[in-house]
Parts: sequence; structure tokens; C-alpha cells
Amino acid sequence: MIKKASEINELTPWQEMTIGGEIYEGGTASLVNTGDWRTATPIFINDKCKHCMLCVPFCPDSAIPVKNDKRLDFDFMHCKGCGICAEVCPFEAISFGKGKK
Amino acid sequence: MSIRERLSGNEAVAFAMKQINPDVMGAFPITPSTEIPQYFASYVANGEVDTEYVPVESEHSSMSVCIGAQAAGARSVTATSSCGLALMFEMLYVAASSRLPITLALVNRALSGPININNDHSDSMGARDSGWIQIYAETNQEVYDNFIQAMPIGENPEVRLPVMVCQDGFITSHAVENIELLEDEKVKKFVGEYNPENYLLKKENPLAVGPYDISPYYMEHKKQQAEAMKKAKKVILKVSDEFEKISGRKYGLFEEYYMEDADLALVIIGSSAGTAKAAVDNLRKQGKKVGLVKIRVFRPFPMEELAQALKNTKAVAVMDKAESFSSCGGPLFAETRSSLYDVENRPKVINYVYGLGGRDITVSHFEFIYDQLNEIAFTGNTGQIYRHIGQREKDGDTNEL
Amino acid sequence: MRKNNIVEIRWHGRGGQGAKTACLLLADVAFQSGKYVQGFPEYGPERMGAPITAYNRISEERCNIHSNIYGPDYVVVVDETLLSSVDVTSGLKEDGAVIINSEKEPGELRHLLGGYNGKIYTVDARKISEETLGRNFPNTPMLAAMVRVSNIIESEKFLEDMEKSFHHKFAGKPQVIEGNMKALRKSMEEVNAG
Repeated sequence: MIKKASEINELTPWQEMTIGGEIYEGGTASLVNTGDWRTATPIFINDKCKHCMLCVPFCPDSAIPVKNDKRLDFDFMHCKGCGICAEVCPFEAISFGKGKK
Repeated sequence: MSIRERLSGNEAVAFAMKQINPDVMGAFPITPSTEIPQYFASYVANGEVDTEYVPVESEHSSMSVCIGAQAAGARSVTATSSCGLALMFEMLYVAASSRLPITLALVNRALSGPININNDHSDSMGARDSGWIQIYAETNQEVYDNFIQAMPIGENPEVRLPVMVCQDGFITSHAVENIELLEDEKVKKFVGEYNPENYLLKKENPLAVGPYDISPYYMEHKKQQAEAMKKAKKVILKVSDEFEKISGRKYGLFEEYYMEDADLALVIIGSSAGTAKAAVDNLRKQGKKVGLVKIRVFRPFPMEELAQALKNTKAVAVMDKAESFSSCGGPLFAETRSSLYDVENRPKVINYVYGLGGRDITVSHFEFIYDQLNEIAFTGNTGQIYRHIGQREKDGDTNEL
Repeated sequence: MRKNNIVEIRWHGRGGQGAKTACLLLADVAFQSGKYVQGFPEYGPERMGAPITAYNRISEERCNIHSNIYGPDYVVVVDETLLSSVDVTSGLKEDGAVIINSEKEPGELRHLLGGYNGKIYTVDARKISEETLGRNFPNTPMLAAMVRVSNIIESEKFLEDMEKSFHHKFAGKPQVIEGNMKALRKSMEEVNAG
């Protein structure tokens, strides 16, 4: 009976929505494809990256995945293209240009 | 069976709270509701309840405490009056829209200004559209009984709405009168445990409460609330039936007093209904067909039922203990007259605003009002519809009635 | 407006003299003897010394009326100095009575009562209180005088219930119970019909 957030959208009638807008699972923001909103795109230059991890906490959308102490390429489903990562990178390992990629 | 006692209205509410033993109380004092958290604090200190008693710095916070606690899965209560309710205003809407069945003991007091500590209904009437169920009491007995019924109503999964249990400040809150209390076990069994299906502390199922609602969703959630309020009517009646079984005391959405054959009727809320009943008694002895309807449940408003109760009357006076400054009548008047719109041969209806800021209303005032209704019924001429009673006038003092 | 089976009492005192407490105590003892009771003060900002009013309704059946009392059967005046500023006998029934805390004879006070023709009783509650309690607590002697005059509760039953009530109220200082009981008895004996 209880609907997951992923099962509710802008076509769902009131009878089928959760009471009071309650959301019965965690981390539902990851379901939303905010990458769609991007008009400029950061490019990760692996060769120059020292993996200092400064870009990771600066990213407002948690769109920089990290594995085994190494940052990976951007999560473009969620990156909105704000460019903060390129701005804070001390090693010019992120370039930033117009376009969706 | 029941326990004969004499208690003030505030003592009665605090005692009901003790018997229920809620999980959390958000506590902040304001006249005339201060005694409720005060008495309850002594129950906490004496170990008679195991409620988490949270003293806060404002009513905005006491309601916030209740919201957080109730969302976490704890049954929570608070008490307030007047400006305290006004300061909660934002959080009242949050509680209702988050569908958290908190119970609030409201001791009705005039809302400033001019600043005044005495009774009228301007505080709760101001919050009438916040999405709370509102139940009013005439006596200390009724406020005790209503408080015990509040949780089974609000927590019903079909309803899931907060409940405001209202009584008249000082007039019942500070007046000692006879009361019949129920045994602790009976109350505990009747109210039961609070078992919401989902709550923040349910570790198997993470939950977010009160998220931002964009316009594609907001209207649907408001429609849900409106439907829940409609369903509340049925649940209120079911709970009162069950309450009658343990107490012998019968409650409905309103009480009808000599309405079977009444030509002239009052519609009224709260303690002054008792005073009006004395006027009805006097006039009935003179053979006059008068009666009254005392509204118990104002939200949800018993529109069809009230129309049924009033449909055979000739003239009705609706008594508002609150101004709405609509320039054409108080809130109870607007609702009552609206409910009569679909009645064939509907009665003439007038409005009296009375009792503001503790202004007393007596049996003689009510006899005067019935007299006015008699004239309206006889002449068919309503005259001035929106009236005030009890205030001093240049050409005669209506208090001298 | 009056129902024959309801006795209405109005108390006049000053903030701090215990008129409200006496009113609630009367409700308490009347309840103990099986009556329906109302005991309620008229509230406003509470200030020591300011005139205050409190009310009782006592009846055999539940009384629904929730207005103040304008036509009392009895009026109790806890502070004699109120007579010059408050119309204490306003609406008082001619077959009722006013009971005043005063060392004077009732007849000496009539000229202060605005043409009231009914019964006047006096009792020197200050003296009684100072003799029995060592301090001026006029409210308990006034309560006893009120019960004696009105007979709404049988005297012995009243004393019995008050003793129980004192044991409860003064559980922490039982030494004051005897003095309070003495004050009640003395007041019932000394109330003066003039």
C-alpha cells in the first residue's frame, strides 16, 4: 500500500500519495536527475589530479564519487555544472566549459 | 464505579493527562492555562507519570517539541491560551499538515488587544482554519471527557489530525465544580497505546516528515487533509459511543436542549450554554417553545446535522464569543447561516457577538435574546442581523438587563 | 432568575486576605456533605490589597449557570474597609444576610449599606484569628460564620470536614490545625446578629 518516493510523480492522484507528504525511505534525492539542469560542464583531468580531495566536500551535489582514496570521474546524473570544483582545484586538474557533455 | 470529585477545569485536564500518561509534554505557562503544566509537573516530580517533560522558552517551541516528538513516535501533549496559541500559529499548521495527532489543551482567553486575560473564543477561532479538530466544553466534566476522547479520535488512522480540546478560561478552568472521574485503568484502556504505522524512530524504515512540497504535490496533500477532516466526524461519533459505554455520558457533534418542538433557538459554544439553558428552563415553564444547540465540535463543522436540528425553527440567534471583523457577523454565525442555505422554509437568523474579554452574560440576557427572536418570528422582520450584546451604549446600558 | 434550590454566595475581600481560598474551602466542604457546588473567583490582575470578588453556588442538583452572581442569598465581607468603596449588598436578597468582619455591632454598620434592609451579622474575625492563630487570617473565621448563619451545612458536619481538610492541607505543619479548628468554633459562637 505504501508508495515509495520513486513511485510518486506529478501524475499521482491524491488518494495514492503518502499521507502528509511523508517519505518512507532515505536518500531519495539520488533518484532525481539534476544533471539535466547543467549548461556548463567540468572536465576531470586525471593526469594533473593529486587526489587532495578538496573538490569533494566543495561539491554541493555530492557528484564526485570517491573509491579507494581516489576521486573518480564526475557523476553527471547529479552534477549541475556549477563550476565550484574547478574554482577550488589547486592543480588545474578540472577544466570547466560551456556545454552539456 | 466512577469517582465523585470536585475539581476545577484545569485540574480536570491535568488529571486526565496523568491518567493517560503521555510520552512527552511541551510545557510553557500562560494565563489561564498555566495550572495545567504546573499540576502536571508535580505528577512528573512525584513519579506518578513517566512523561518526558520539556520546559521551553516559548509556545512556538512547545508546539515544535510536540511535533518532533509525535513524528518520532511519541504521544505528545501541551496546553496554552490566547497569545500562546498565536505564537504557535505557524507550528499549528505544520502539526496538522504533517498529520501528527498531537493533543492541545486550550484554555480559551481573549487575544490581544487591548491586552486582557479573561475568556472569549478569539484565540481558537483565529486558529479555526489551521487543520486542527476543535472540541469545546461547557463544563469541567465535559473538558475532562473530551480530553480522554481526543487521542482515540486524532490517532485513528483514517483521521491522523491534531486535536484542540477547548474550555473557557477562568469560567470553567478556575471554577471548582463537581465532576465524575473514571478509574485509571478504564482511561488507560480506552485511550490505549499510540501505535503509528510509521515514525522517525522506527529503525526498520527510515522516514522523512514534513518535506518541502512543490505545487504539483501541495494541493493533493491539502485535499488529503480535507478528506481526513470529513472522516473525523464519523470517528468522533464512534469514539463518543464507546465513551458512553465506559462513562454513561453521551456526546455528539452538538447537544440539543429542548429542540424537538422549538420555534426559537440559540446556537452557542462553551460555558455560557449552561447559562442559556437556565433561560430555556424559565421560558419553557411559561410555555414558550424555546431551545438551544450547543456546538461541541466546531472543526469539523457539523453542517448537515445542524441544518437538520434547526430546520423546523422560526428564528435562530447565533452566539459568537469572538469577533471576526467581517463587518457582517462572527465565525459561528457564518457557518450556521451557511448550513441553513439548503433548508426549505429556513428560519430567520441573527447574530449576537457577546462575552468578549470576560464580559459576563446572564440568564436575563438570554431571556432578552429569546424575546427578540419571538418578535422576529412574529413579525417576519429580522431587523439588524449583526448585533452585539453586553456593551455599554449611549442610550441605555444593556448590562442592566 | 433565582432557582429556589440554589444558594448563591458572594465574597468581598482584598487581594491577599484569603477570600478566594475561603470560597474554594466552602465549595469543598459543601461537596463533602453531598451537594453540587461551584466555587469561582472573579479574575483580573492580582494585586495585594485590591478589592476582589469570589462566588459560590450550592445546590442539590447540578447548576448549569456560568455567570457571576448578581442576586446573592448571602454576602460575606472579609474586610470592613470595603464598605465605604464597594456596594457589597448590591442585589442581595432582602431575606438573605450580609456577614461582615467587624468588631462593631451590626446596627452600627447599617448606614454604610446603601439602604439595605435585610439581616446584618458581624464577627470580629481579626480578633479571633489573632487569639487562635497568632496572626490575622480572617478567612477561616469568616467561613465558619458564613456556615453558621446560612446553615447550608450542619455545623458539626462542617467542623468534621474542615478538620479532615486541614489535616490534608497542613500535612506539613500539623501544629496549626488545632488553632484553625479553635478559630472556626469561636467564630461560630461569637457571630453577632445584633
